[in-house]
Amino acid sequence: MSILGKALTTAAMAGVLMASTAQAEEMRIALVVKALGIGFFEAANKGAEEAAKELGDVKIIYTGPTDTTAEGQIEVINSLIAQKVDAIAVSANDTDALVPTLKKAMDRGITVISWDSGVAPEGRQMQLNPSSSALIGNMIIKLAADNLPEGGDVAVLSATTTSTNQNTWIEEMKKVEGNYPKVKVVGTVYGDDLADKSYREAQGLMQTYPDLKAIIAPTSVGIVAAAQAVTDAGKVGQVNVTGLGLPSEMAGHVKSGASKSFAIWNPIDLGYSATMIAYHLAKGDAKAEPGASIPIGRMGEVKLDDKGEAAMADPFVYDSTNIDQFSSIF
Amino acid sequence: MTTATGRHIPDRLTSPASRALKSWEALLLIVAIAIFIVNSMASPYFLDPWNLSDASFNFTEKAMIAFAMAMLVISGEIDLSVGSIMALTSTVMGAAMTAGAGTPTLVALGLGTGLLCGAFNGLLVARFGLPSIVVTIGTMSLFRGISYIVLGDGAYTGYPAGFAWFGQGYVWWVITVELVIFALAALAFGILLHRTNFGRMVYAIGNNATAARFSGIRVDRIRFILFLLTGLMSGIAAICLTSRLGSTRPSIASGFELEVVTIVVLGGVSILGGSGSIIGVVLAALVMGLVTFGLGLLNVPGIVMSIIVGALLIAVIALPRLWSMLSRK
Repeated sequence: MSILGKALTTAAMAGVLMASTAQAEEMRIALVVKALGIGFFEAANKGAEEAAKELGDVKIIYTGPTDTTAEGQIEVINSLIAQKVDAIAVSANDTDALVPTLKKAMDRGITVISWDSGVAPEGRQMQLNPSSSALIGNMIIKLAADNLPEGGDVAVLSATTTSTNQNTWIEEMKKVEGNYPKVKVVGTVYGDDLADKSYREAQGLMQTYPDLKAIIAPTSVGIVAAAQAVTDAGKVGQVNVTGLGLPSEMAGHVKSGASKSFAIWNPIDLGYSATMIAYHLAKGDAKAEPGASIPIGRMGEVKLDDKGEAAMADPFVYDSTNIDQFSSIF
Repeated sequence: MTTATGRHIPDRLTSPASRALKSWEALLLIVAIAIFIVNSMASPYFLDPWNLSDASFNFTEKAMIAFAMAMLVISGEIDLSVGSIMALTSTVMGAAMTAGAGTPTLVALGLGTGLLCGAFNGLLVARFGLPSIVVTIGTMSLFRGISYIVLGDGAYTGYPAGFAWFGQGYVWWVITVELVIFALAALAFGILLHRTNFGRMVYAIGNNATAARFSGIRVDRIRFILFLLTGLMSGIAAICLTSRLGSTRPSIASGFELEVVTIVVLGGVSILGGSGSIIGVVLAALVMGLVTFGLGLLNVPGIVMSIIVGALLIAVIALPRLWSMLSRK
């Protein structure tokens, strides 16, 4: 840098803004989200701040574009590269478009990981998934079984017959069905992720199986529709609705008792874990390579698979004890 | 008004409005320098050649289109479909790449698609006399709609390595290929608008299309050419952006049209047509790029950033108007 540049830098350091020299010793981790102003990501930031507090010498830069565009995210990442942050943890708007920019970040010595919505392998060191198909499949049947000490018939209300996610989860669920011997899965219907069709399919399930004790809906549309159908049929307390849903949409049904509990990833834990991983990778006391384990503080540790991806934990269970806390978040 | 000055009938271009315009560019230059100084003081990372080079991507692609858009706006028309032209162009190139096309074919297809889209807009406006704002709002949905039909939620990836040169390559040291294209485009459009008969005719049409027609200017033909040029520049911008992202999705370049128009208006081009300059647009592009990069370095949230850009736009546009109102009193 030229003398002029140095002089200006010194001037900047001396006065104008909060660009304090103390920052230089802190590790700066940027949490880049799809867009600002989304409850889910604000919650992830809370988790990141929690991790920063625990680690002590970490400063979180929470940032993202105003719309969920790849171009906007690239501008944000360019300015982070310019600031020479130590690590970037990004939830990507586009799997591929961010790759050239993130590669450049890695070339300049910045640790790059993706979380929630991933980046193609060549654009990041690892991807943190909130959970895994196996964990989700197990969780949805476990939730049904936990509330049925006597056992009984349960049915699945899925999205469409071609929904990759739902099909994988149901398949994984069937693999572990033997672990819950009292629960009998009697059938699967498809509500196509449409509120009215899901509602009618749930009604149909209750008519076809009069002894039905639970409906498992691993889709946020289906679970709300099923809970509504159970409420309208006056079967609250007889048929429990569970599966995957959003706390904000499910709060009423948890309070009415139509759904005793359901699951979804916890954004706070996700932000917390992403920060922990970024910290350890940037510090150099962990490596992002297949088979490696990386500690994630209170969440334990994650293990990388051969694609450089890791699953954080079981989906988080929401019930009457915590629904109010989360229904305002997402 | 005295009789001595009454003999001189001022042309609109040498009226006080024109002088205000000149001072407007001076104002923009001062704003750009001020932002530059404030940024270098506010962040220790600003005055780094590589960082500034990275930051130039914030405006280069948009500015390329803004030059053509400026001429279009000066002639009294507008094209709101430029972002969608980019999406369609990128999609066409992606499809060709999947079919095995090399870099030269991709570039040719990019330019061709941009020109075709521009010709379509131009035909509807110039031949059928439809209002350009209505036509291009329509084609804005149409062009991007085609991309969505072709791609759905998929993406084209795996562009050839040579293709990356346009959006990721460097000509010399920190000077990117996009910066060079930006400079060449500025020069070409500057000459076209300010040094040729064509440019004079564009001003004439913007000031009074009917009078221009009676003066023997082929108004529709010039309008058509301006839409062609805008399409062509959108095609070039699409090549650069696609190359920079290394992939195509139908949502590519969404919202670009408004940012391009913002640069044009900030550059002092009258939205009613008839006045404006290329140097103003260049300065406006620099101002926009410097502001967004500077605020980005301070990690100012994007929401606050768009408020600042909006305020800047209104301030720069309102100032000359206020100035002339005050000086008239």
